[in-house]
Amino acid sequence: MRARPDLIEHLPRLRRYARALTGDVSRADDLVQDTLERALAKLDLWQPGSDLRAWLFTLMHNLFVNQIRVRRPHETAMEDALDEPVSGGQMDALAARDIHDALARLPEEQRAVLLLVGLEQFGYAEAAQVLGVPVGTVMSRLSRARERMRVMLAGGPAIKLKVVK
Amino acid sequence: MTDDVHEHDLHAYVDGTLPEPRRLEVEAWLAAHPADAARVQAWAAQNQSLHGAFDAVLNEPLPLALVRATRRPSIPAPFKTMAAMLAMLATGLVGYAIGLNAEQAPAAPVYFARDAAIAHTVFSPESRHPVEVDAAHADHLVAWLSKRVGTQLQAPDFRAQGFELLGGRLLAGETGPVAQFMYQDRIERRVTLYVRRAVAGNRETAFRHATENSVDVFYWIDGDFGYALSGQIGRQAIRVLADAAYAQLVTASVKP
Repeated sequence: MRARPDLIEHLPRLRRYARALTGDVSRADDLVQDTLERALAKLDLWQPGSDLRAWLFTLMHNLFVNQIRVRRPHETAMEDALDEPVSGGQMDALAARDIHDALARLPEEQRAVLLLVGLEQFGYAEAAQVLGVPVGTVMSRLSRARERMRVMLAGGPAIKLKVVK
Repeated sequence: MTDDVHEHDLHAYVDGTLPEPRRLEVEAWLAAHPADAARVQAWAAQNQSLHGAFDAVLNEPLPLALVRATRRPSIPAPFKTMAAMLAMLATGLVGYAIGLNAEQAPAAPVYFARDAAIAHTVFSPESRHPVEVDAAHADHLVAWLSKRVGTQLQAPDFRAQGFELLGGRLLAGETGPVAQFMYQDRIERRVTLYVRRAVAGNRETAFRHATENSVDVFYWIDGDFGYALSGQIGRQAIRVLADAAYAQLVTASVKP
């Protein structure tokens, strides 16, 4: 029997991603718990030497997508609907109170990409692997997510973004 | 040439994934294209905001249910429920059903040592957030942890043994809050002291030793508290620290 990898070192980061993805403490920890259960059940399928973290995030993503499908089966076409350019007149409607609010208003697919790249610091190819989509799709979702966030956060009256070089 | 900077270059610039020559080209492009520069600045600010909003999760007490879920032996599903029920009968504690199977139905102290070792493994390698409250605020740390754990705590002084107090954090145990004090020596080896209220009725004071995934743990129960000292500095060295902690804590508890 080969040595089992230790999942615990990935726990804090899985929790961070789940929290940002779901926006809810208990829903996030439920998602982490489901992910760990699935991971232990399928550990024999994981290739030793490959990136365990990416594999765990892949499992979590698949569980998350399944949950969304069960909750809201009719929202699959949302991303295209939200892909229209945003004009100044829509700014008020799009103004977000803060980063949590803005994230919650992103379509799930865009939110996942933004978080994997911007928060969890996955490379574009790794993010594509986690999400099971081509790199080109990751780039276009990232682009849409960042532009929507920019408009939402710029539209809020009390938002002060710290500008970094 | 900088007239072929594409959208994906701007993202890669923000995410720090461009090779140096390309990064310089993009920088030159941004200097000449203020609209793109503004977008890039906003995106970088988003990354910062995300870290500002969610990095604190890395520091939160880890729910023990999740910690146990990383250790559950994978046994076929139909046996899982049965094993959990057997374990519940064996220990009489529903909380311990999580993560147990029938072969592991030992007394509670074993879990205490294991939880202490897990907490040590999780937090001692952290370079950015090893502790929630650092030792510079030692009084505040002890007062805060005492309040949360529910009784006056004391952080033992291991300076004579070469270990400085680094700070502490609060963890979520299944019987309530747990305090973890972390110490570090000159070559940055770390030991942690895990303190929680003892299960009522337990008056055992003997030192016990356990090894969990190559972490040595000495644990003992003294009055209202259970203590576990964990580290990977050799069994004898941990024992010396545990003796020192025990002597100091006993002295402290008989003070008026």
